[in-house]
Amino acid sequence: MAKKRVAVVGTGQTMHKSHRPDVNGQELINEAVKTALADAGLTINDIDAIVIGNMDHFEGINYVDCWSVDGSGGWMRPIIKLTTGGTTGSTLAIGGYHMVASGMFEKVLVIGWEKNSESDTTGAITTAFDPIWDRLVFAGAIAGLAAEGMAYMTEFGITDKDAARVSVRDRKHACNNPHAQLRKEVTLEEVLASPMLSDPIHLLDVCPRTDGACAVIMASEDVAQKICPTPAWIWGTANRHTYTYVGDLNLGEIDSMKYAAAELWRKTGITEPRKQIDVIELYQPYSFAGIIWIEAMGIIPRGKGAEYIWSGATDMGGELPINPSGGVIACNPIGATGLIRCAEACTQIMGKGGARQVPGVKMAVSTGFGGCFWTDILLYGKEKPNF
Amino acid sequence: MARGDHLVISSGDAVQPFHYAVGLHGSKFFHELKENRRIVGIKCPSCGKVYTPPRRVCGDCFVENKQWLEVGPQGVIDTYTIVRYAFIDPETGKQKPVPYGYGFIRFDGADTRFQHFVELNDARPIKIGARVEPVFAEERKGTIRDILYFRILD
Repeated sequence: MAKKRVAVVGTGQTMHKSHRPDVNGQELINEAVKTALADAGLTINDIDAIVIGNMDHFEGINYVDCWSVDGSGGWMRPIIKLTTGGTTGSTLAIGGYHMVASGMFEKVLVIGWEKNSESDTTGAITTAFDPIWDRLVFAGAIAGLAAEGMAYMTEFGITDKDAARVSVRDRKHACNNPHAQLRKEVTLEEVLASPMLSDPIHLLDVCPRTDGACAVIMASEDVAQKICPTPAWIWGTANRHTYTYVGDLNLGEIDSMKYAAAELWRKTGITEPRKQIDVIELYQPYSFAGIIWIEAMGIIPRGKGAEYIWSGATDMGGELPINPSGGVIACNPIGATGLIRCAEACTQIMGKGGARQVPGVKMAVSTGFGGCFWTDILLYGKEKPNF
Repeated sequence: MARGDHLVISSGDAVQPFHYAVGLHGSKFFHELKENRRIVGIKCPSCGKVYTPPRRVCGDCFVENKQWLEVGPQGVIDTYTIVRYAFIDPETGKQKPVPYGYGFIRFDGADTRFQHFVELNDARPIKIGARVEPVFAEERKGTIRDILYFRILD
């Protein structure tokens, strides 16, 4: 159990775009850091330690903890890198939480970033998979997701139209988010008419590649409310990895989410997540996950996800809005993506969401997804946890 | 010089310096495949799960697997996709052969799935639950390419 309760007291994001040739990596990182410091009303001298990360092999430059110190504020400060593939951003948030919760650091700056425009995304992802057993047929992130979607579709008889409804939701929500890369509404027909990339996934079912950075400042309970009057308290975190080779996966239901969420609810006293949680920022790289993964999370029973999506319950104004930011389908600077989910969930708690604000948020969830089918999950509250 | 040419990083004709060990368990799998056209798996003594590809440790139980079994060679497609988008395979520097069937095949007697190419054939469309069998290469070298692809039987 944490020695200190921890809150998010400030967040900052770049304006995410498909290509940012105007800045190099450290300059991009600096934009997010300066924004987060301004949001918290702090200077870099207030920061005790930094956690930074992006995805291995992307950009072909490793050791961001070293080369970015001018931009990150890491010059002559304790700085450590975490990188866990697609979950990097959410792992960064969990790592920052651990550092502050341990009582060893009072204020920690957490940074995730990526310049996908300077990377061969599919080539780089391939290097994360086993060279002997996985790579022969491997086709980046999309094919594994497609195999999950196919398994679920076949078991429950949903169609790509059901999944398209999720994409329509997130792309509509993104129009409210000035940081999102893709801010354009689409129709069901447009999603279904977009090119089939890997059956059953259409082009408009999946995330783009984005340049962007995100920074989040976490502080211990000793100072959190002096920095931010309504901080977002971290109630708990959980994560799971479940396979060695992709063929080991139980594709069609995401075991890592099922077990991570169950642990998080148990640790934090959540008994009815659908009623007790006000908003979810789901790391949802493709539309079918918007159906399958909320079932694994325990929001609704298995097989009922599509019906729940069609009811409008997860739209803005519904009982449990998902991805008010537009989510990953609208914006995906991979090493930052999981941390953006954290920043967006905390923004909702703080009431700073502007056009994308869900009214009266008391409890929020963010998730991370990576590699293939790993899950990180974090729970935040407006109230300080009483444990 | 075209715009951006001065920024291109390439390795010319150099090959990548990676020489991966497959371990004793991988070696046995590939030896049986090459010499006998047999598929082998290994069973966890604790939970009974049969792993193909075989490996030394059952991650679930964290105990050493010791009981070798012959599985397949026929199996069933647990799930699949048809990859249609073109991209360069970083393993070869060439485009992947799109469109191709990407199957998660559970060999008869195994519990985990084996990933390989599945034929795309209008007469016998790829689907979950379809039975398949491997088509072996005539000249086998002890690699995963000793299976050319999986043929759909029904």
